[in-house]
Amino acid sequence: MRRQVTIWNWRGWGPVRALAIAALTLIPLLVVLASFLEPQPEAWSHLAVYVLPGVLWNTGILIVGVGLGVLLVGVPLAWLTAVCDFPGRQFFSWSLMLPLAMPAYVLAFVQVGLLDFTGPVQSTLREWFGSSQWFPPIRSTGGVVLVLTLAFYPYVYLLARNAFITQGLRAVEAAQALGYTRAQAFWKVALPMARPWIAGGMTLALMETLADFGSVSIFSFDTFTTAIYKAWFSLFNLPVASQLASLLVLFVLVLAAVDQRLRQNRRYAAKNFSPVRIRLQGGARWGASVYCGVVLAMAFVVPFIQLVVWAHTVWQEDFDGRYPVFLLHSMWLAGLAATTVTVLGLLLSAIRQHHRDALTQWFVRLATLGYAIPGTVLAVGVFIPVAWLDNQLITVAGWLGWDTSQILKGSMLVMLLALSARFLAVAYQPIDAAMQRITRNQGNAARSLGLSPRQVLFRLQLPMVRGGLLTAALIVFVDVMKEMPITLMTRPFGWDTLAVRVFEMTSEGMWDRAALPSLAIVLAGLLPVILLVRKSESGLH
Amino acid sequence: MDALILDSVALGYADHPVVSELSFSLASGEIGCLLGGSGCGKTTVLRAIAGFEPLRHGRIALNGHWVADERWQLAPERRQIGMVFQDYALFPHLTVADNVAFGLRDWSRVDKMRRVDEMLSLVGLERAGGRYPHELSGGQQQRVALARALAPGPTLLLMDEPFSNLDVELRERLSIDVHNILKVTGTTGLLVTHNQQEAFAMADRVGVMLGGGLQQWASPYELYHEPATRHVATFVGDGVFLPATVSGGNCIDFELGQLCRIQPVDVVNGGEVDVLIRPDDIQHDDASSVRARVLERVFRGAAFLYTLELASGHRVLSLVPSHHDHQIGEMIGIRLEIDHLVAFPKVVV
Repeated sequence: MRRQVTIWNWRGWGPVRALAIAALTLIPLLVVLASFLEPQPEAWSHLAVYVLPGVLWNTGILIVGVGLGVLLVGVPLAWLTAVCDFPGRQFFSWSLMLPLAMPAYVLAFVQVGLLDFTGPVQSTLREWFGSSQWFPPIRSTGGVVLVLTLAFYPYVYLLARNAFITQGLRAVEAAQALGYTRAQAFWKVALPMARPWIAGGMTLALMETLADFGSVSIFSFDTFTTAIYKAWFSLFNLPVASQLASLLVLFVLVLAAVDQRLRQNRRYAAKNFSPVRIRLQGGARWGASVYCGVVLAMAFVVPFIQLVVWAHTVWQEDFDGRYPVFLLHSMWLAGLAATTVTVLGLLLSAIRQHHRDALTQWFVRLATLGYAIPGTVLAVGVFIPVAWLDNQLITVAGWLGWDTSQILKGSMLVMLLALSARFLAVAYQPIDAAMQRITRNQGNAARSLGLSPRQVLFRLQLPMVRGGLLTAALIVFVDVMKEMPITLMTRPFGWDTLAVRVFEMTSEGMWDRAALPSLAIVLAGLLPVILLVRKSESGLH
Repeated sequence: MDALILDSVALGYADHPVVSELSFSLASGEIGCLLGGSGCGKTTVLRAIAGFEPLRHGRIALNGHWVADERWQLAPERRQIGMVFQDYALFPHLTVADNVAFGLRDWSRVDKMRRVDEMLSLVGLERAGGRYPHELSGGQQQRVALARALAPGPTLLLMDEPFSNLDVELRERLSIDVHNILKVTGTTGLLVTHNQQEAFAMADRVGVMLGGGLQQWASPYELYHEPATRHVATFVGDGVFLPATVSGGNCIDFELGQLCRIQPVDVVNGGEVDVLIRPDDIQHDDASSVRARVLERVFRGAAFLYTLELASGHRVLSLVPSHHDHQIGEMIGIRLEIDHLVAFPKVVV
């Protein structure tokens, strides 16, 4: 038998391959963190006096407020729809996921438009009662917390519901058989058991809160993201921007570590369905329906209707030749990013399958860390090294007699790199889940039937992960359409998308004129939510 | 006194009845078993006794007190019932000791610790108290579930397919262990299973269920040797039916001779019946003039299970000690040896 000659040891290259993809996330992260290690006294003295106190206070308020908010809204909704029975339960169990389709910044400006002094709600109240002085102002800390809670509670709802469906009712029955009442069983068993899921949902909601740029800027509520943006565009001070980004990253890394930890604690799920639901009686029956209805109305139905109404009123004058261009830019960018990220996700998953060593697994996890890093941070972290590279290239170009001021900076490269880093995890998860369903024995069976490794890839693995790839591409496509800060900060000059248009209109307080692009974004956003609904409903019955 | 009485119980919903006209009782200290295939409603019965399913009709008594009828039911937590779930339903966020102590709410700390130790040593897990459920094997988790259910000293222990997630060997050993534990603690038990070996190993009384009804409620011995219905006869143990004719009031004639029984068959003379022949009713006897051809043979260690073809073409099973090694196609002598004659009127198709 001929000994196979190996030019390089393919098995040993796992960490290098994984690291190559992880660099997409790691370089911006390290660039940003490096600026934390090299503090600039001037920048800091300015920050420490004028920016940081307010920003830190506001961030703290958001973390506590939104954290509590999503718990108080998400957990009861999850319990009600997962194990109880009341009028409309089936409808609410899927429709309560709909707010995921609406970006927080859209919900923010619609709620401000609706509930502000000049908005329809307060105007009506004044007509009826003569005064609306008593109405709590929406442009307030409470308003921000309310809007972000309504935008991000679905994360807690989804995860907690999953936990309650798979083990909640059975745990309650086991506790009842041991002498506990149903209410005691909920507090003593069902809730503590679901803790890793609930905390996981809350962590995701808080990551989104820290990353949020659009809504807080609508409320003029200064946080790290808005401060980074201002440092960049108003002060043109990149060092200050990156100092702020490095601070924000510290917050985020703590959350990411918590999230990773919680994912491991979520292993003990067993699918045990109890055949009977808790039938709510009397007032509780309708109370549950009303509660679900109010949340759904505030987080999705009313804002959606308001968008449609605004879009209808401005349609004639507002819709002009620029709209197809916004839409085209959005779709072109989303398509490009979705393709790139899906391919990278597939590569990363294949690397993880092939190389089981610890170092590779670790780099794979680092590569998917981008989901936790706010877009503003990634924009800064990608821009700095690309600008540096650009300067080198310009020098070289100068030698060659080509006089130019930017080569890479003005292109779509910065934007695409930052978006890829941000959304790699989003694509990786469905692809890797599909990959994991291919068992080692299926691969072996194919090999023993005479297929080469390459044929196994094309005839077995690719067809089997096709669903995962499509899901990944769709979710990234829509996420990029919704994305605001990266697009805003790194786009080529004058290259506007739907999200950029929304930002420009809302920053001038023209809510109705932001409605049309928002509506397009929300409608696109419904697609992945439909997928999610179908998956969660079919997986549970 | 009866620990458990079910009196013409019906369960399910109007458009989807699950169980109807179910009556049986269990004396204190006895172990009962509901045996049946999937979908026969046996688990629903167990859940109704525990208090998780409303009754559509009938009533249930525990220790001489009615706990449920079609209008009213006592809350599950007030029935003093222990339950072992099919998936064990251990609480993953609590240690083994905390799981076992979960039902001991009003006990003092010292009593609680003593009881937990007692229970863990009863199930042979003295050292596992500080561990978490997911660190244990399936069999160990099963024992924890049992310890947790027994800790509060329930008057009745319900077990829903308690061994179905375990491998065969462990299942046999645990069913004997659990049987002994229940007997030692004097606990009345009711389990639900689709596995008749398990039912026979565990239970004093077994009820065979089919399509939401109870076919027979009797000891394992009676079920095997005196099945009340055709279904029980075929569901419990191996066996075949041979056609026979009734003669002389309480005798029957068939291919292998004449059999007479004590109880008269409920069929007139000359009427046709099917007689149940178990593998242990057919003895191998070289001296016998009745010959049969070996069609199939399954080696079972101590014995062979032969499928034999009679002269008429009908087939019977025969359990023969394994030193009688006959090949397929061979003719062997057989002799009938029946203690319990079981015959049912012929089914007209």
